[in-house]
Amino acid sequence: MAILEAKGLEAWYGPARALHGVDFEVEDGGVTAVLGANGAGKTTILRALSGLIRRTGDIRFRGRPIGALATEDVARLGIAHVPDGRGTFVDLTVEENLRLGAYVRADRQSVRADFDRMFGLFPRLAERRRQQAGTLSGGEQQMLAIARALLMRPSLLMLDEPSFGLAPLVVAEIFRALGDINRDEGVSLLIVEQNASLALDLADHAVLIETGRVALSGPSQMIRADDAVRRAYLGY
Amino acid sequence: MRCAAPISATSEGALKRLAEFLHQLASGLALGGVYAIMALALVMIYQATHLINFAQGEMAMFSTYFAWKLMDLGEPYWFAFFATVIASFIGGVVIERLVVRPFANAPILASVIVFIGLSLIFNSLAGWLYGFSVTSFDSPFNGRPWFGAGYISAHEAGAVVVTLCVLALVYAFFRLTPLGLAMRAAAQNPVSSRLVGIRVGWMLAIGWGLAAAIGSVAGMMAAPIVYLDPNMMGGVLLYAFAGAVLGGIDNPFGAVFGGIAVGVLGNLIGAYVVGDEVKLSVALAIIIAVLVWRPSGLFGRRLVARV
Repeated sequence: MAILEAKGLEAWYGPARALHGVDFEVEDGGVTAVLGANGAGKTTILRALSGLIRRTGDIRFRGRPIGALATEDVARLGIAHVPDGRGTFVDLTVEENLRLGAYVRADRQSVRADFDRMFGLFPRLAERRRQQAGTLSGGEQQMLAIARALLMRPSLLMLDEPSFGLAPLVVAEIFRALGDINRDEGVSLLIVEQNASLALDLADHAVLIETGRVALSGPSQMIRADDAVRRAYLGY
Repeated sequence: MRCAAPISATSEGALKRLAEFLHQLASGLALGGVYAIMALALVMIYQATHLINFAQGEMAMFSTYFAWKLMDLGEPYWFAFFATVIASFIGGVVIERLVVRPFANAPILASVIVFIGLSLIFNSLAGWLYGFSVTSFDSPFNGRPWFGAGYISAHEAGAVVVTLCVLALVYAFFRLTPLGLAMRAAAQNPVSSRLVGIRVGWMLAIGWGLAAAIGSVAGMMAAPIVYLDPNMMGGVLLYAFAGAVLGGIDNPFGAVFGGIAVGVLGNLIGAYVVGDEVKLSVALAIIIAVLVWRPSGLFGRRLVARV
């Protein structure tokens, strides 16, 4: 069963239409990767789902239409969005950033347990919990953004280019953590990535976007085997 | 014995001058506290919207009239005080939702006009409801001056205490409560705040409510000193603005420091240098000097745009 379904998704930046009817879904407990070149509309898909930009089309989360909801209401349903640029609250401490992730939760006890879990997943955040978040390195800020999103206890985590601008070792650490989260906690993932080979390793399904339209979609194995994808995005 | 008299006369004169100086300092501190609270109200709204609420002073004046009316109807001071703070909070929220919100995405100039319009409306409304004549406003801190020497009047001392309480409460609210954290987050990064489920629009409305509430305290503390009339807050707002600019318009601590500094400086310069009549121009001079030599203020963050 799909946790998230989008049919005929269109989105606008002002008067300019950036998505022209995109269809895809994320399996419950699954991982879907959104691939494509710069400017194809990958980030736009996440922004449209979160209601950060004007969008139309049929968007359903657990079968419930969410296409008309405000951003904060989408978030409160359990859809966490780690935006491009990581969305760090740079003037707040690491701990305050994390507390904001748990802002809408009332279950104090389990929030405390979740804090410890996050510090277990990303030990570097524990070392820096009193530090101003803006002073963290790019990789640490990415970890912080993911931890903040997970503290919302989401059932769907949407990530916008989690590997962007990071050293390969850090990227590997982050993707290992994402795999753990998906496998151990059953959080479904929707990952936008330029690094197609990395994303296809994690994903069970993939959608290839070109100029605001779906060029190809299907199981990861099939996408990986496609000749055009291999040449254009995997580079061999 | 013969030569003792002139010496004691001189030292008596010196003592008198010292007492006068301490008195000026103390009343400067009391006024400075009022400016600091007003400056804090300005900064709270500036941080969230990057706009200066020019109506902040008239809103505080209107709140003060509300308190005066309650006392006129026979309510005790502290009941009127807290009722006014609560009513001002609600009024601030309502103003944000009804009048300010519709211009959220409009050009800055539109918002500025709205604020000026608001200040005119409150000014005329107060004049229409309560008259333009100057009225006295009771202080809860009557009785004998504290500290026998009378360097500071009971009201001034009380106003300093109230100021410190307001500052401590505001600090505790923003540092220690989840709502305070959410408000800081919403001011800093609205998009990320919405993505964690914070209702940013409401945070702005609550910010207006808080600014109106602490502004009302400033009004009620200023009124026994400057007297109550529809134009009472004009000078106060100007000093508060000077204080906020001096401390750094985006920094609450700077605004408080700046407000107190402007209060003390204004009083001392008014008493010893330029005279009371042109005291207000000290505030203008401070604003211009800061904008020329240190536009980000003493503690403000310099904005550097990366291209």
